[in-house]
Amino acid sequence: MIDQVKQKINELLSQGSVKGVVALAYAHGHAGPCLFQKGDDLDALCLGDEKKAGDVRYPLNKVLITLARQYPDDVFGVLVRGCDERGLYGLYRLKQLEPDKVVPIGISCPRDLALACECKKPWPDDMTAGEAPNEKESGGTEQKGVQDVEGKEQPERFDFWKDQFLKCVKCYGCRDICPMCFCYDCSLECEDLVSKGDLPVDIPTFHLVRAMHMADRCIDCGLCDEACPVDIPLRLLYKKTAEVMNHEFGFTSGINKNEISPLSLMGPMPEK
Amino acid sequence: MDYKNTLTTCTYCGCGCNFFLESLDGRLTGTIPCKTGPVNEGKLCIKGWNAHEFVQSDERLKKPLLRKDGELVEVSWDEALDFTATRLKEIQKTNGPDAIGFCASAKVTNEENYIMQKFARAGVGTNSVDHCARL
Repeated sequence: MIDQVKQKINELLSQGSVKGVVALAYAHGHAGPCLFQKGDDLDALCLGDEKKAGDVRYPLNKVLITLARQYPDDVFGVLVRGCDERGLYGLYRLKQLEPDKVVPIGISCPRDLALACECKKPWPDDMTAGEAPNEKESGGTEQKGVQDVEGKEQPERFDFWKDQFLKCVKCYGCRDICPMCFCYDCSLECEDLVSKGDLPVDIPTFHLVRAMHMADRCIDCGLCDEACPVDIPLRLLYKKTAEVMNHEFGFTSGINKNEISPLSLMGPMPEK
Repeated sequence: MDYKNTLTTCTYCGCGCNFFLESLDGRLTGTIPCKTGPVNEGKLCIKGWNAHEFVQSDERLKKPLLRKDGELVEVSWDEALDFTATRLKEIQKTNGPDAIGFCASAKVTNEENYIMQKFARAGVGTNSVDHCARL
C-alpha cells in the first residue's frame, strides 16, 4: 500500500501539481506529521501503523489548515483515511479549506481498525491505495459503544458521565488535537461559560459545550480519545451527538461532499 | 516554505513528555504530542500543550533586569552577574551562609540542578535548597 502512496506523491510533486504533500514520516525513530516537497526523499514516509493499524495517526488536516492560512494560493496534497476525508468535506463546508487547493491521497483502513473505531465509512471516496470493503464486510456500522450506554438506566447513565467528566484535568487536549477545531476564539475559553484555572471542571458545561460544537463537525476520527490523559470516552459522547443529528436531521458530518449542516441554516431550507 | 516538526522534550516538569514543536518558516505554530513517546503516549497536560506559546511572547524577558533607584532597567549579563556575586558574598559575610537560600527549577536539566545545589552547599555553605515544584 505504501508503494502506491509513494508513487502518487512522487507524481504530484514531480508534475508540480502540488506545492507539497502533508503526510507522516519517521525522524529520530518516531513517526510524525511532515511536509514533503519536491526533491525530498520519500523513504521516511509511513502510514501511521506502528504496533497495530492506525495507532500513530496525527491530525494532518490541522497541519493543512496551518499551511493554507499562510499560503492560501498554493495547492497541497494530504494523506487521508476515511475519517480525514470526511474532515476535508467538513472543512470545505466550513470555509477553512478550498477544495481546489487540496489533493487528497486516500488510503482505506483495515477491518480490525474499522471495527475498533466502529467507523461508518473506513475508506475515502477518493482512494489511492487499499480497497473499499462492502458494507457487510466492513462491519463497522454497528454503534455498540453508544448502544451499551443507552442500555443503562437514566440515573446510572447520569452517574457514568458525571464520573467521567469529574476526571477531567482541563488540559484542552481534546480541542487542541481536534482537526475540526479551528476557531481563533474558543467558547471553552469564554469565562461566562467556563471558569478559568479552576478544577474540577464546570460539569457538565465544559464537555457539553464542546459536544454541541462538535455536533455537525465531528468526523469520528477518535484523536480526542487518544489524546485524553484521563481516558474520558469523548468519542462515545460525540458519537451520540452525531446519532442525534442523524436521527433528527438526516445529517452525518462529512459523509457527503456538498452537504449543508442543519446547524448553519438560518431561515427557510434552501432549495436544492 | 519551511514546515518542520521538531521532536523535543517538555521543559515544564521532570516527567519528560515528548512532543513535536511545529514550525512554519522559522516561527513556532503549535505543539503536537508524540504518540510514540514512551512517557506520555500522545497525551499532554495544559502546560505542555502550550509549550510553544511563551517562546515568541512579546512579554518575554530577553535581558537581565536590575533594580536601580526603584526602577527595573535592562543591564548586560556581566553587570548582572557581578552585582549578584558581590551581594551574595556580602550577605554571606555579614549574615552567614544560612541567610541565603537557593530555588532550583524543573525547567532545567538534572545536571544544571546538580551544579546549583553544589554551589549552594560547597560554594556558599548552606543546605537551604528548595524546588519550584513544591510551590
